[in-house]
Amino acid sequence: MPHIPLPPGLPGIRGPMAFRPETAKPINELANILLFDPHSLSRGERELIATHVSCANDCQFCQTVHGAYAAHFLGDEALVLQAKVDPESANLSPKMKALLNIAGKVARSGKLVTADDVARARTEGATDLEIHDTVLIAALFCLCNRYVDGLATEMPESLEYFRERVPVMAQHGYRMTPPAGVTS
Amino acid sequence: MAHIALPEGLPGIRGPMAFRPDTAKPLNEIVDILLRGPHSLTPGERELIATVTSAENDCGYCQTIHGAIAAHHLGSEALVLQVKTDRAHAPISDKLQALLTIAAHTARSGRAVTTDDIAAARAAGATDLEIHDTVLIAAVFCMCNRYVDGLATWMPDDPDFYRSRARMIAEHGYTASTVAQPQTGDHAPTLTPGVGR
Repeated sequence: MPHIPLPPGLPGIRGPMAFRPETAKPINELANILLFDPHSLSRGERELIATHVSCANDCQFCQTVHGAYAAHFLGDEALVLQAKVDPESANLSPKMKALLNIAGKVARSGKLVTADDVARARTEGATDLEIHDTVLIAALFCLCNRYVDGLATEMPESLEYFRERVPVMAQHGYRMTPPAGVTS
Repeated sequence: MAHIALPEGLPGIRGPMAFRPDTAKPLNEIVDILLRGPHSLTPGERELIATVTSAENDCGYCQTIHGAIAAHHLGSEALVLQVKTDRAHAPISDKLQALLTIAAHTARSGRAVTTDDIAAARAAGATDLEIHDTVLIAAVFCMCNRYVDGLATWMPDDPDFYRSRARMIAEHGYTASTVAQPQTGDHAPTLTPGVGR
């Protein structure tokens, strides 16, 4: 049961977002810019960063919903499962492995990101913007994971929920008005 | 030195915010609503939540600037220092004590917030909105702290820099103070970490 009464029928982050639409709007705007808007990293790659961080933070809702989005865009569920726990041995580009290494460290603490981590990403072709956005996506999900778990929000009873969310998000992104729209 | 090439002369979060204004805009909006919007918690109380979270995350820049803003609103630097170093004995309300505990637990993990933490806050008079906003302020600063430190931004070591910025932000808000990039009080970069802890 959530720590505070939340609008019913909205699992995960959608409950507190419907409870407080004023703050939901800029959070969704930020998510949309970072994960959905045009970028040199594909939508699948950016969702993978969100999924890896949410897994590191042990947030069930976020890692499941963003893992479903990543699998949709990348067309490979097995790849997402492996990237969650062991990106270095997953079938990913050297650049993505280097970016996921940075994201995983940000999940624990920003201070853990070393000059060597960043140099590795740059050697594999990452731009300053890609490095910046990897850090900010990881940081944003440290926010979302805590928002979801810090209020003890509800997990959907069936995985079907996550499958149904995929086409909605893939079409509209994150910029819709809660509670009717896509939040996470 | 920062991990990526950031606009010069802007310490802490202001460097990456100037690097990527698109994401800075909603980020500042979130902080403005939570810390400065009309609320049953005072701006000083909400800045204390941000300060305690940033201290838990060991983020030198955020804990110093938000500590300075909290001190500006509350009229006491000593109180802010005590809240950071010896919270249990700080002369603050039972409600704020309970909310700061929730914030500190959120900093570790959302899962660390217990039903007992929530019950204690409620027993001390906290509303659902106050509990919600405490968790969200703490969560937002877990983002900001990582943004600041994950890119290895620099921080000034002169306490007057933070006092001066604190006055500006208290008067004009986060969006205005960051987007306009006023240079008051800015000075050469320093590598001295942990000022104001």
